[in-house]
Amino acid sequence: MTAVDETTTAPAAEIGSPRKRKEDQRLITGRTRYTDNITLPGMLHLGMVRSPLAHATITGIHTDDAKASPGVVAVYTGADLAAAHGSLPNAWPVTPDQKAPEHHAVAVDRVAFAGEIVAVVVARSPREARDATELVEVDYDDLEPVLDLEAAAAGPPYAHPDLGTNESATWIFDSAEAGTGSDVEAAIDQARGDGVVIERTYRQQRLIPAFMEPRSTVVDPTSEQITMWSATQVPHILRLMLALTCNISESKLRVIAPDVGGGFGGKLQVTPEEVTTLLVANRLGKPVKYTETRSESLVAGHHGRDQVQRLTLSATKEGIVTGLKVDLLANMGAYLGLVTSGVPVLGAFMYNSIYKFPAYRFTCHNIFTNLTWTDAYRGAGRPEATFAIERLMDDLAAELQMDPIELRRKNWIRHEEFPFTTVAGLEYDSGNYEAATDKALELFGYDELRSEQQRRRESNDPVQLGIGTSTFTEMCGLAPSRVLGSLAYGAGGWENAQVRMLPSGKVEVVTGASAHGQGHETAWSQIVADRLGVAFEDVEVLHGDTQVSVKGLDTYGSRSLSVGGIAVVKAADKVIEKARHVAAHLMEASEDDLEFSGGRFSVKGTDKGMAIGEIALAVFAAHNLPDGMEPTLDSDATYDPVNFSFPHGTHLAAMEVDTETGAVKLRKYVCVDDVGIVVNPLIVEGQVHGGLVQGIAQALFEEAVYDDQGTLVTGSFVDYLVPSAADVPDFITDRTETPSTTNPLGVKGVGEAGTIASTPAIVNGVLDAIRHLGVQDLTMPCTPSRVWQALQSREQGEPASVQPTNPEQTSGNLNSSGVISPEQGPRTEGGAS
Amino acid sequence: MTRITMTVDGVSYTDDVENRTLLVQYLREQLGKTGTVVGCDTTNCGACTVHLDGRSVKSCTVLAVQADGHEVRTVEGLATDGELAPIQQAFHDCHALQCGFCTPGMMMQSLDLLAENPDPTDEEIREGLEGNMCRCTGYQNIVKAVRQAAGTGAQS
Ligand code: FES
Ligand code: FES
Repeated sequence: MTAVDETTTAPAAEIGSPRKRKEDQRLITGRTRYTDNITLPGMLHLGMVRSPLAHATITGIHTDDAKASPGVVAVYTGADLAAAHGSLPNAWPVTPDQKAPEHHAVAVDRVAFAGEIVAVVVARSPREARDATELVEVDYDDLEPVLDLEAAAAGPPYAHPDLGTNESATWIFDSAEAGTGSDVEAAIDQARGDGVVIERTYRQQRLIPAFMEPRSTVVDPTSEQITMWSATQVPHILRLMLALTCNISESKLRVIAPDVGGGFGGKLQVTPEEVTTLLVANRLGKPVKYTETRSESLVAGHHGRDQVQRLTLSATKEGIVTGLKVDLLANMGAYLGLVTSGVPVLGAFMYNSIYKFPAYRFTCHNIFTNLTWTDAYRGAGRPEATFAIERLMDDLAAELQMDPIELRRKNWIRHEEFPFTTVAGLEYDSGNYEAATDKALELFGYDELRSEQQRRRESNDPVQLGIGTSTFTEMCGLAPSRVLGSLAYGAGGWENAQVRMLPSGKVEVVTGASAHGQGHETAWSQIVADRLGVAFEDVEVLHGDTQVSVKGLDTYGSRSLSVGGIAVVKAADKVIEKARHVAAHLMEASEDDLEFSGGRFSVKGTDKGMAIGEIALAVFAAHNLPDGMEPTLDSDATYDPVNFSFPHGTHLAAMEVDTETGAVKLRKYVCVDDVGIVVNPLIVEGQVHGGLVQGIAQALFEEAVYDDQGTLVTGSFVDYLVPSAADVPDFITDRTETPSTTNPLGVKGVGEAGTIASTPAIVNGVLDAIRHLGVQDLTMPCTPSRVWQALQSREQGEPASVQPTNPEQTSGNLNSSGVISPEQGPRTEGGAS
Repeated sequence: MTRITMTVDGVSYTDDVENRTLLVQYLREQLGKTGTVVGCDTTNCGACTVHLDGRSVKSCTVLAVQADGHEVRTVEGLATDGELAPIQQAFHDCHALQCGFCTPGMMMQSLDLLAENPDPTDEEIREGLEGNMCRCTGYQNIVKAVRQAAGTGAQS
């Protein structure tokens, strides 16, 4: 570790250093402040009564028994609360005619998914509140639930009968119309004549973010300002949206995201639970807390993915891609959350990925069903796109009997071609796919593994080996405000920071990004330590409280460093400029003669100099400042990025498939990511590890499954299979560093990279192991039973695709919404290893 | 209500509790030991893991009255005089935590694992932590931290 003393004399020592995290101290000693840890005098607790039915009319709610239950203070229904708030917000109306049902915090006369809140009990303890929820009786008239995504797209019946359709919006991008490329139909027609056309339908199963800290909200209305603590990624957005939704002045509302136990997009929301807690606290004038159980979290917190992807790729016989057509059905679930409708649209720009497609068309149909609402989950739109294109590339390679890496090489943007404007209209600023791939191949031992694969094939080994490739890129650092505007998003994508020089020489940094495990306190300290030439330890980073960090757009979309971190740089630079003015005055020198390095202004050619801390103290005293200067060095900056950032990487997976049992084992995983300049390699590696496991989990383990009544079957951690340490191996991770050219640090995002890249690498690997046995497709998660079934159907001469049944259990068919027929129990087959 | 007495992190407490009160609820709500957290309602996540008479238990699955007369140790009792315990130091050194929510339980379970097997292989570490979920780290650095702690004799 770099000695601290050195940083004050030697510049640029912090960025790139594997600093251990500042935030660890409180987290490893249990000195944490998660929202549920907060207790206030006289605090009341909420219990939610949730609908067991996916679609029904509410005909009566009987609350007398609950009201008489010990400790109960009040019971409210939707009718009691409806007048106090407007529809819960959707910030991304993707089309001008987008359709959306009214979304109450507590359902008023109809429920649209199982798990929706129908009444709320307020009691003196959480247990009394929960007990009394059992005593609330609700009368329902069943309505037909809309559960299957493809059937819903055809409709009726409708998830919201009043809308008269299940289609919320249709969003189209066409490269010929946009002027970014040619006509895709012409390309496909041409390839049907003299090339290759790959047509596929892939299923993105429904996933649950499953952050480890259940959501929790505390509202204290007992002051001039109402204070809300919430387990949220987005305190600033939440404050604004609550103000608008509940008709409270923003300045009367303070939102605090204290320690937050993970989010992954799942806490990028304005939830019915938050609105309800606020309304009840306001009504009773008492502090109120609501903490969900894990079961509630899994059924009522928003889900992710859930798309049907119909894809057509055209290429020449030599393997040069000529066109890509994407037709999506995206399951919104029952309601539009904050960015539900925009998630597939974010993917629209990524299907072409790193390849030079001349023609592209993307169509997305956003469809309502009576399932849990969906919204952002780590990657949000981009994992879906990456999965589709990387699977297509492997399928095309198989069709052409070409090495999948070779095929990619033929089509990707070469490093000397950057900046490169893609067929989707984005300008990729930098990248070096050759370098990352070469490094990955070497670390992987690609040639040896290919030889072993060959040997196993020839000897008919019951355990076959497959190699999966994923050469991904993504757009992150959300986002240039102008681009968001053109996509009809309701807000901008800037970020704010303040740098305050304290008289003691310490520095306070305030950031609008809101960390929930990412390590901003450490990384921002490193950036500022370098910039101002102060000690890492002397920088304090404040965030997550709208009264401290007054402006911000929070943390999601791998934006914190490449947007929020740059705002910090800009604010620090303003501090230096102000300090320069003072330094020149105090040392009676011209500003042009001053050099700033290692935290000191020195007068060129002399030994005169002043440390920035000394200047801060002089400014605080304000006895002798330049005429007209305000006595402060403090500065703030609001940075709007000029472009997205485009991290990329090459991921390789060696998968062993036991053809007798269907068991799948991840034997080796290598990834070489290029996330630009790295501020803290320790943190970056951690982000990659965690991201990889989430992406691998989509490929092999996780799926939200509903029964044919629309009840979530995987409603606990017994059935929703978040991998444990025993389910995954160690990874070999490495990096190449191609700086981003559109921001002063050269950084790109990293938070979502692992998740985006790993899913197709794994599935491609499994398929590569058994493709020669006639298996062409597998539906995720690739559980042993599904793999086994695919191998069986092939032996019986049936089309070799998925039959998602478990040989140990009664069979049942999974339809395209992941709905299983009633005779099948929950999916319980275990891990891959 | 039942009167119980237990030692938690070296301090003896006597309290009246409802019979159904879970140990984790008693620790968090009555004693203010909020370092131990709750992540699920099905005994799957391990976030609530503490030591009862030196062995790890999921405190969401033990009644407070069952701990009557026993000794409980939580994450808050690991450091002594502001000095981090080796397992805490190892988690910090190896970047074995991100959001930190799983960390208290993960460290308590790691200690139990090391008490059983002071020199575990990576595979034994992974198996030993199977009942503790982490959504952030991908486990690799947690395994590394436990390995480091094993090297420093962290099992106490
Ligand atoms: S809280 Fe999940 S196991 Fe105890
Ligand atoms: S560090 Fe977040 S769950 Fe483990």
